[in-house]
Amino acid sequence: MGMLQPEPGLLIWMTIAFLIVFGLLARFGFPAIQKTLDERRKYIDSSLEEAAEARRRLEGLQTEMEGVRQEAQKQKSEILKSAADAREKILAEARQRAGEEGERIVAAARLSARNESEAIIREARHQVAQLAIAVSERLLRGRLEDTQEQTALAERLLSEIEQSKADNKEV
Amino acid sequence: MSAVLVSVLPVSAAGGGDAGQEEGFSAKELVLGHFEDSYWWHIGTFGQKEVSLYLPVILHSPATGWHCFSSRKLCGGASYLGFSIAPEGKYEGKVVETLSDGSVVRPFDLSLTRTAAALLFNSAIVLAMVLGAARWYRRRKITETPRGLAALMEWAVETVEEDLIKPTVGENWRRFAPFLLTVFFFILINNFMSLIPFFPGGVNVTGNIAVTFVLALASFIVINLFGGRAYWKDIFWPEVPAWLKVPVPLIPLIEFVGIFTKPFALMIRLFANMLAGHAAIMCLICVIFVTVSMGAAINASMTVVSLLFAVFMNALEVLVAFLQAYVFTMLSGVFIGLAQEGNVKKDKIVEKNKN
Repeated sequence: MGMLQPEPGLLIWMTIAFLIVFGLLARFGFPAIQKTLDERRKYIDSSLEEAAEARRRLEGLQTEMEGVRQEAQKQKSEILKSAADAREKILAEARQRAGEEGERIVAAARLSARNESEAIIREARHQVAQLAIAVSERLLRGRLEDTQEQTALAERLLSEIEQSKADNKEV
Repeated sequence: MSAVLVSVLPVSAAGGGDAGQEEGFSAKELVLGHFEDSYWWHIGTFGQKEVSLYLPVILHSPATGWHCFSSRKLCGGASYLGFSIAPEGKYEGKVVETLSDGSVVRPFDLSLTRTAAALLFNSAIVLAMVLGAARWYRRRKITETPRGLAALMEWAVETVEEDLIKPTVGENWRRFAPFLLTVFFFILINNFMSLIPFFPGGVNVTGNIAVTFVLALASFIVINLFGGRAYWKDIFWPEVPAWLKVPVPLIPLIEFVGIFTKPFALMIRLFANMLAGHAAIMCLICVIFVTVSMGAAINASMTVVSLLFAVFMNALEVLVAFLQAYVFTMLSGVFIGLAQEGNVKKDKIVEKNKN
């Protein structure tokens, strides 16, 4: 029974001790720890949020970068394509011009050749004509030794001339 | 572990020394002596030399007024200024005053006994731990990782709050957290210190009814002082059939008694658990000395058995020490939470407590 009977002296000591401990801890101990716990929790929460935000922003940046990269790729291919086009065009133009030039040269050559050959032919014809005249002169001179025949020829010539005059008149 | 077991002995020897002059070994005297308070703190017997811490005796005698002197003056049955320690009878082991007419009375005794001294020492440890951690925080930024004591206290405080206080008290938990945390650490440190068998520990503080009484009283005050209107209505006008409360206030009476039985149960639970644990360890150690007279073979085998059991009991007591602090805090929290539930229906409270 003695054990179940609280000692008054000890009751008083215990009351004093507990009140002092409670008073000090409730004023200076636990609120400070509690405050730190709350602040740390808030800090961790905000840090996590910031990290998530940063990650989000990074992802946005990455997609943006990807877009820029694709754009650049597109531009590159476009530039390449236009360069190829330009090259083709220039080549085609050059080829065309070269062809025209060639044709022109060929045509000129052909023309000069024709002129030349015409001149040659003309020259040849002229000489042939002169030769023919000279031959026919000789022939005529041989044949027109008698007067009768000369008259006959002159008359035939006159009639031919008149004939051609009449033809011209009719025309 | 053997050091722990061996050092249980000085404490128990102190009890044995108080108990009597008989030659033989009395396990009952020894075990009960451990739970008796004393005016000095027996540290140990080194060779022939008994080393004790003599604590101040503070008395108020109706006849001669206040007295304060060292308990060394009363050691060994000596008498000082008419005061002596009663060897037997109603006031056995307590300081009594022999008046001039020969009658023996008990003065008002405010002596700093062994239990009181251990209580103050343990309180100082609790204060140092919590205030030390709080100081650490005051000096540093929150971005710094806590180390040492601060890390331990931060973890412990957060665990107690998350596991005990928030689920039991409910929305108002911040208001009651300092009280419940104080109760938890106070009981925990006292329990652990009582398991350390040598000098600053080894005193069964929480196995003393006066200590648990004050703790339960504090819970009682907090529960009822901050109880809401719904709490008091539930006690004096509960929602039961009218015939249970109108002619004879049967249920209100039961509810009213319940106000007192709740903290009473808290008081007895902590006291009995700590007392029983200490008694079990002491008894197991006593087996070694009881079997000395039965011959060397039995004594040796029983020593091994009792040591094994004592190791087991000590391990169990470490668990119990924590568990009792946990249970006391949890139940206090539950009772506070029940008293706090303003106009919320009871089924909601039950739901909350289940969570």
